[in-house]
Amino acid sequence: MTASGLTAGALAATAGQLALVVGGAPLLVGLMRQVRARLEGRAGAGVGQPWRDLRKLLGKEAIRPDGSSWVFTMAPLLLLASTLVITAVAPFLSTVSPVEGVADLFAVVSLLMLGTVALALAGLDTGTAFGGMGASRAVTVAALAEPTILLAVFALSARVGSSNLADIVESTLTTPAQVLSPASLLAAVAFAVVIIAEAGRLPVDNPATHLELTMIHEAMVLEYAGRDLAMIELASAMRLTVLLGLGANLFMPWGIATTVAPLPLLGAAVVFAVKLGVLGAGLAVFEVFVAKWRLFRVPELLAGSFLFGLLAVSASFFLA
Amino acid sequence: MTDTGYVQILDLVCGGILLTAVLMLWRRELAAIVRLLVVQGVLLALLAALMGVRESSTELFVVAAGVLVLKAIVLPAVLRRVLRDSGEAREAEPLVNVTASLLAAALLTLLAYGLSRPLVALAPSPTTRALPVGLAVVLLGFFVLVTRRRALSQVVGFLLLDNGITATAFLATAGVPLVVELGVSLDVLLVVLVMQVLAARMRLSFGRTDLDGLRELRD
Repeated sequence: MTASGLTAGALAATAGQLALVVGGAPLLVGLMRQVRARLEGRAGAGVGQPWRDLRKLLGKEAIRPDGSSWVFTMAPLLLLASTLVITAVAPFLSTVSPVEGVADLFAVVSLLMLGTVALALAGLDTGTAFGGMGASRAVTVAALAEPTILLAVFALSARVGSSNLADIVESTLTTPAQVLSPASLLAAVAFAVVIIAEAGRLPVDNPATHLELTMIHEAMVLEYAGRDLAMIELASAMRLTVLLGLGANLFMPWGIATTVAPLPLLGAAVVFAVKLGVLGAGLAVFEVFVAKWRLFRVPELLAGSFLFGLLAVSASFFLA
Repeated sequence: MTDTGYVQILDLVCGGILLTAVLMLWRRELAAIVRLLVVQGVLLALLAALMGVRESSTELFVVAAGVLVLKAIVLPAVLRRVLRDSGEAREAEPLVNVTASLLAAALLTLLAYGLSRPLVALAPSPTTRALPVGLAVVLLGFFVLVTRRRALSQVVGFLLLDNGITATAFLATAGVPLVVELGVSLDVLLVVLVMQVLAARMRLSFGRTDLDGLRELRD
């Protein structure tokens, strides 16, 4: 294949994973709500409900509170844009990417952090009690969770010798025995806890309520309406999808294409969708059985996952 | 058994032993901690059996069976009896809170890795490379002994310490002679039984087993 053919194929792969994540993220959220509703004995609103909500919100005007500044206006754009960049560069469908160098562990984590900080600043900008409270809590959780993501993925990158996510995925593909090493398993547990904390799921945050003093994410976005709210909802769903997708592909990468030929890409898309569906449904089932934790116990959970990350790093250095 | 397969199973078992030790610091319910001790006992027996396959020695299989019976069945049963009689379901207030003790566990593990580097350098092999796990479990056992208040938690700390020593012995020397192993096991069993009696007496005298209550000596 010529160089230009490779680039065109890689671009197609990137476009494919963008389309898949943007189109599929609300469906994933819908699936999780549906699973939860069925397990609780409710009929549920259907898998397509988040998309219907988004369409309704997009048709409404964005009302901004008096006295809010450009920070408030910019936050949804920044959140959506940073999530889109991660979606484009992360190795979801193919390990070949036109923007090879950006798919770096540190770049991806800082992009995630950028979105969190933008939303926290917007929560502070409105000057309401809820916004400030939500922002302070979100930053607390983020400050504890981000180092753990770095540590967990660092455990995987230590044996590859590169912090490029695509390289890590490729190395796991070539030596599948690594998946059952203590480093991988510990890192997987740490990463799972971080996904729950970063995506604001139970037991760290309750994604289903608006009327609780315990909420974190919903408290920050309380003042948004219309188009802005639609952007935030879409970006939040995409963040969940991206985190689950990273977890799926870093720890069980089978099915991902290592070339940019059309057929492997199509297969990779199907496998990726199935993986996300299974992970999402599993997370929803888990959420049925847990209650939200007291906010003061959240650091305990994150300290635990930090410890797992640290043990994973030390295991990858000393045991392997 | 192939070489890589052996190394992988060994690493997994050692990782599991360390993981159960850390989880014992995390959990507050004493019943859950006793369940973790059972898992750790099974893993220790697996480690001994793995060594037995590697060295093709029947003696190590006998040791493995002994470890399984003692650490996964007898000692947890004794602990459950203490638990049932005492009515104290939780380690309510450890001296160091759970978040801090998890961070301390991280530091202790790193310390174990650092301390065992010269030991590993003496004879590098997959087994000795896992040696820090045994040392880390010993240090975590000490930590539990120092920071927990309930008598039962202290027994758990003591058992964790012993499990760490056993794991270190297996990893460093492929097991101690059968007679020594038997002697140590009987010692541990006796210590736990004595502690059980002691905890029962404490409860009769003071109504609870909080060791902080034992400050003064009286006639």
